[in-house]
Amino acid sequence: MYEITDLTKTYAAQGRTVRALDGVSLRIGAGELVSVQGPTGGGKSTLLQMLGAMDRPSSGTVVLDGTDLTTASDRVLAEVRARTIGFVFQGFNLIPTLTAQENVETALVPARVPGAERAERARAALASVGLGDRGHHLPVELSGGQQQRVAIARALVKNPAVLLADEPTGNLDEETRDEIVELLEGLWHDGLTVVMVTHDSAVARRAERRLRIAGGTVSELTPAART
Amino acid sequence: MFFTYLRRELRHRRRQTAVVAIGMAVAVALVMVVNSVSTGVSDAQDDVLDSVYGIGTDITVTQTGAPGDRAPGRFEVGAEDGEVGEDGSRAFAQNNVAVERGTASFDDDALTTVAQIDDVAATTGTLTLSSTTFSGEVPDTAALPEGADAGERGPGQGQGAAGGPDGAGGSAFSLDTFSVTGVDPGSDAVGPLTTVSLVDGRALGTDDSAAGDDGTPATVTVLDATYAASADLAVGDTVTVGDEDLEVIGTVGSTTGDGVATGSDAYVTLPLAQSLADLDGQLTDVYVQADSATAIDAVAEDISAALPEVTVSTQSDLASSVTGSLASASDLVSTLGLWLSVVVLVAAVGIAILLTVSGVTRRTRELGTLKALGWPGRRVVGQVAGESLVQGLLGGAVGLVLGLVAIAVVNALGITLSGTTGGFAIGGQERTGGGPGTGAAGGGPGAGAAGGGSGAGEAASGPFGNAVDQAAGAVDVVLHAPVSPTVVAIAIGIAVLGGLLAGIVGGARAARLRPAEALRSVA
Ligand SMILES: Nc1ncnc2c1ncn2[C@@H]1O[C@H](COP(=O)(O)OP(=O)(O)O)[C@@H](O)[C@H]1O
Ligand SMILES: [Mg+2]
Repeated sequence: MYEITDLTKTYAAQGRTVRALDGVSLRIGAGELVSVQGPTGGGKSTLLQMLGAMDRPSSGTVVLDGTDLTTASDRVLAEVRARTIGFVFQGFNLIPTLTAQENVETALVPARVPGAERAERARAALASVGLGDRGHHLPVELSGGQQQRVAIARALVKNPAVLLADEPTGNLDEETRDEIVELLEGLWHDGLTVVMVTHDSAVARRAERRLRIAGGTVSELTPAART
Repeated sequence: MFFTYLRRELRHRRRQTAVVAIGMAVAVALVMVVNSVSTGVSDAQDDVLDSVYGIGTDITVTQTGAPGDRAPGRFEVGAEDGEVGEDGSRAFAQNNVAVERGTASFDDDALTTVAQIDDVAATTGTLTLSSTTFSGEVPDTAALPEGADAGERGPGQGQGAAGGPDGAGGSAFSLDTFSVTGVDPGSDAVGPLTTVSLVDGRALGTDDSAAGDDGTPATVTVLDATYAASADLAVGDTVTVGDEDLEVIGTVGSTTGDGVATGSDAYVTLPLAQSLADLDGQLTDVYVQADSATAIDAVAEDISAALPEVTVSTQSDLASSVTGSLASASDLVSTLGLWLSVVVLVAAVGIAILLTVSGVTRRTRELGTLKALGWPGRRVVGQVAGESLVQGLLGGAVGLVLGLVAIAVVNALGITLSGTTGGFAIGGQERTGGGPGTGAAGGGPGAGAAGGGSGAGEAASGPFGNAVDQAAGAVDVVLHAPVSPTVVAIAIGIAVLGGLLAGIVGGARAARLRPAEALRSVA
């Protein structure tokens, strides 16, 4: 699925350069459930951005199913984001003015899915996360857990090859957190590749493979037998 | 999705949408009104020019006279003049007719010369005169104190004779000035007669030019209906011009608009005008129509070359010579109106841009999320630009209605503009000669005065003011601001351009957003 070689990402911030990722090499196979832990500022989100084709590395390469995301054009990256990657954010990132149904449909806009099919697929995706009856609600009318489910439905509706989640439970209480983790686990069981960032060990432990990033370098917490 | 999202977004920020739309609406309405009124004023100017110079006049030929030349208004009231009343006072009336001050007559050979120039389609010549009647009553000169001899006054010195100390036996003068234009009744292709239509009686005919056995012209005149009404004259009455009593055979109005005065107060045949003013074979104006608009400048140059003495004015020179409230309105519209529109327009577009940009900044995470979802950059930009465009169009629609209402109000007000053309010297220009309070002191030549028993300054405004009003041949035109397709197109164009401009600036902001912004600033 992912082939990451000597990946480095530096940011220029207030005259200093910050090495958010420092020579990371990693493989992630199809169908894996990977959790990424680490301290705040360790580089977790930066890694997920590289995996999600949202930004380019400073050096090194990220290859996703044969596509080198390092050298691809902006247009190709947008295409990859639109078709291959499902992304779940810590803050849900729903469009506040659109209903749950419409929020899910936004994910099908770049692929130019026709309106009727788009609506049907969005309805199905919402039903699959247990919100079949909430399609007409605005985000503010939903609880945090429900909003994150809508966000997961939005990530899933395009039938992505990989689901990337950046602290998906970070803004949720404990009970809801478990619901969301179980939902993601279920998706993995159904064959989806899932990479989930969390600083919650209880959540991380449920993954079959656990990574830790600190100071921009990655270490395997599970026996590194899988590479 | 585009329209759903757009509608939701605009409804969500109703207040911002309203501010942008109202700003745009005010700007659109203002530009519409200014444009429409400006067209109306320009039309009014054309009307004034048409009623003074006639339709189709491209060029006029005149000659300026030295100031004071042929000054009308030299009245000499001798001790023996007039009729002696029972109390020994004398009533008198004197009439003077001459070309307008500041203009000079020229030989009618000029007409022939002009007619022979290439690309001249039509010509006609007129002789425009100013008739001034000075009438009044003086007390018995024998009863007056020394030095108050009423005789031998300087030209135009309308100084009122001093009355008795108690005002008894005071004198009163009045001055009546009106314009008389000598026209060729047979030549109505160009010139003042083209916009004149008969209201009452009959028009001047070619027969009138040489009616007498010895070829002398008939002593008849046609009056401007507006002037006739103000001077209380009707068909069948007589008016005195110079030494002649002329019979009023008809009244005329202007074809350029209701209640619009024609270019002259009175019309006579050219030969009669020439004989009245003792100016045989002389003209003051030649009206020229060119074959085509493009030939006007060349014809004007040819005339100047052939007749070096004369002043050659083209239609655009004439337009700039229109004075009076019309000219003020024109200035107001073209300066204040223009600047106001520009300022309001810039402010409206500025507000639209500012609010769009701040909206994009506020929605950084939202728009970044769309990019993270794989929305192409242009789709995000299009969404932002579309919102601004719709705000602009909303403003445009409101502004269009607002503008149409405002234009309707302007038209309903029935604003009357008065235009006087310089150079052509319509009566009333002499109004500068005096006003209330200065009349008794004697204005320039021709200025009237009333003195005597009543308070000199104030009394002067009575007969003097009337004299001016009657003499004022200024053409009144009711302002009509038209709603043309241009006005509507301008409104829609401004709305679209303003919205697009805001959309482009806001869109450019949105285009620079990276998808990674979606992960930033988690609330
Ligand atoms: N856009 C950015 N500009 C500058 N510095 C950044 C940016 N994004 C992340 N960083 C820095 O990179 C380091 C890693 O950040 P991040 O990947 O967000 O850490 P984590 O998600 O593990 O908390 C931090 O020091 C952070 O300050
Ligand atoms: Mg993070």
